[in-house]
Amino acid sequence: MIRYVAQRVLLTIPVFLSVLTIVFIVVRVLPGDPATAALGDYASKEAVDALRERLRLNDPLPVQYLRFLADLLRGDLGTSMINSAPIGDQIAHNLPYTLELTLAALLVGVTLGIPVGVYMATRHNELPDYIGRVGSLVGLSVPAFYLGILLILLVGVQLKWLPAIGGGDLTDAGDSLTHLILPALTLGLVMTASVARLARSAMLNVLTQDYVRTARAKGIRERSVISRHALRSALIPIVALTGIWGVALIGDSVTTELVFSRPGLGKLMVGAMLQRDYTTLQSTMVIYALFVVGINLVTDLAYGFVDPRVRTKG
Amino acid sequence: MNAAQSLRDRDVVVRPVPARSQRRRMWDTFVGNRAAVFGLGLALAITLLAIFAPLIASQDPLAQDGARRLTPPDDVFPLGRDAFGRDVLSRILHAGRISLVIGIGSVMLGGTVGTLLGLVAGYSGGKLESLLMRAVDVLMAFPSLLLGLTVLAVLGPGLEKVILAIGLLLSPPFARVVHGATLSLKEQEFLTAARAVGAGHLRLMRLHILPNMVGEIVVLVSVWTASAIRVEASLSFIGLGISPPTPTWGNMIRDGTTHLINAPWLSIFPGVAILLTVLAFNLLGDGLRDVLDPKLQQ
Repeated sequence: MIRYVAQRVLLTIPVFLSVLTIVFIVVRVLPGDPATAALGDYASKEAVDALRERLRLNDPLPVQYLRFLADLLRGDLGTSMINSAPIGDQIAHNLPYTLELTLAALLVGVTLGIPVGVYMATRHNELPDYIGRVGSLVGLSVPAFYLGILLILLVGVQLKWLPAIGGGDLTDAGDSLTHLILPALTLGLVMTASVARLARSAMLNVLTQDYVRTARAKGIRERSVISRHALRSALIPIVALTGIWGVALIGDSVTTELVFSRPGLGKLMVGAMLQRDYTTLQSTMVIYALFVVGINLVTDLAYGFVDPRVRTKG
Repeated sequence: MNAAQSLRDRDVVVRPVPARSQRRRMWDTFVGNRAAVFGLGLALAITLLAIFAPLIASQDPLAQDGARRLTPPDDVFPLGRDAFGRDVLSRILHAGRISLVIGIGSVMLGGTVGTLLGLVAGYSGGKLESLLMRAVDVLMAFPSLLLGLTVLAVLGPGLEKVILAIGLLLSPPFARVVHGATLSLKEQEFLTAARAVGAGHLRLMRLHILPNMVGEIVVLVSVWTASAIRVEASLSFIGLGISPPTPTWGNMIRDGTTHLINAPWLSIFPGVAILLTVLAFNLLGDGLRDVLDPKLQQ
């Protein structure tokens, strides 16, 4: 197991490097010059040149690329192109909000999605299964931000149960929790749909296996057949795909943060984008990349945990 | 790159070209799936509404009326009016044109590029294959919305740029599935036979490999059209892509959020349009998968 963990951790390095490379390519190499974009089409040539010089955009691309990596290695996320404030501080302020949101949503998605999917499988082709199938397809089709708006209207405006917008005070557990519930539910429900669909089909697959029939034939209670025998192997594909959904979740967290006016990386990133602050944009993308690589690593480790075949293969 | 992906690749199955009777059977399966037929009908209806939007819409989607701002739904303006007094229904109908053009355009672009890359990677093997498929892995490891956001931020607004950005996001999943299918087809005997009678690489790919994975590709097209429309809605909700005053479902909802308390219909109705459209293509995709991929039939 230790060998497997070490291997997976080492493997994240090339992946992270590749993702960093993509971030760099997208921001620097695509048509359009960051300096012109930041200053607008009507800026004087001198102003654009000065900004290009300050951002060192005139250096050859490989040099810029190496400097980009070297800065990151030193933990230097640079300064904002617009107001020269250190980007690291901005990220340190916003990151906790995004972290608590995505973790809470992941929790909602998994703890709701797996039981729902398993229940659908045990009632295969009966009413609960039909309702669940239609419901999960609707869940797959609704954009997170729209679900968020509906929840704000229903729970925040009509029922007035929970605060509808803002991130709350992070030092006040109660306040930040009440502000977290709606956004986490929004993101979590979107994820629940995918988890339930997969949990259902994974369970259906397992339930036809011989060993499940054997377990039943031995007279083991149905409950225990489902939870101890079937679910255990059905978990393998579920865990494997949780990483992919976790990554999708991060994408949707951007619009969710906007809908609920929550502070967070998404809001920081979109703000940077609208102000054409390319340095902040790039650094936020790097943090997101770390997130993605982290989620993939955790998934791989969890996969090794639930499926012994994976870790012994070396 | 990780376990999840090898799991996906394994889902690809090989199937001979269906004979007529099999086609008949597939048709029966599809028609027997009420949800899929409903999805097909809904998708067709939405497409027709979008095509004929200028004839159906009773108002000019851009015509403002300062005297009647934010009026709730009534007989003449069944979905109410927005903050500029514009007819919400006419705007939703016109926005549908944009959503569908982007959805279909980006899938055509991404699907073609992805299919070609997957085909070439799987067929050629070796260094080219690992290079291409590594790139696909990395692109897929990143949240598509974030990638689309960044690409659009750099490219700037415009219909063709949105199609380009979303098309870029869609090519990796196509490449991965086509790559997997090509790998398993490559080992088939009929391919060896075709090679033995002197078929060249291009001919093999075009006439022997590609036609055998039409099923997989059709399913992908339907499911990813749904996805593309959803991503476009998110992007224009964020404020990227199509510039105002041109209506898109996403930017209508975005404008509506300012008046969420006193005029909730501004956000609710365009969202229903997104939901129904995406749902239609997802239902269709699910139904097609049942027909074309018997292994997954439950």
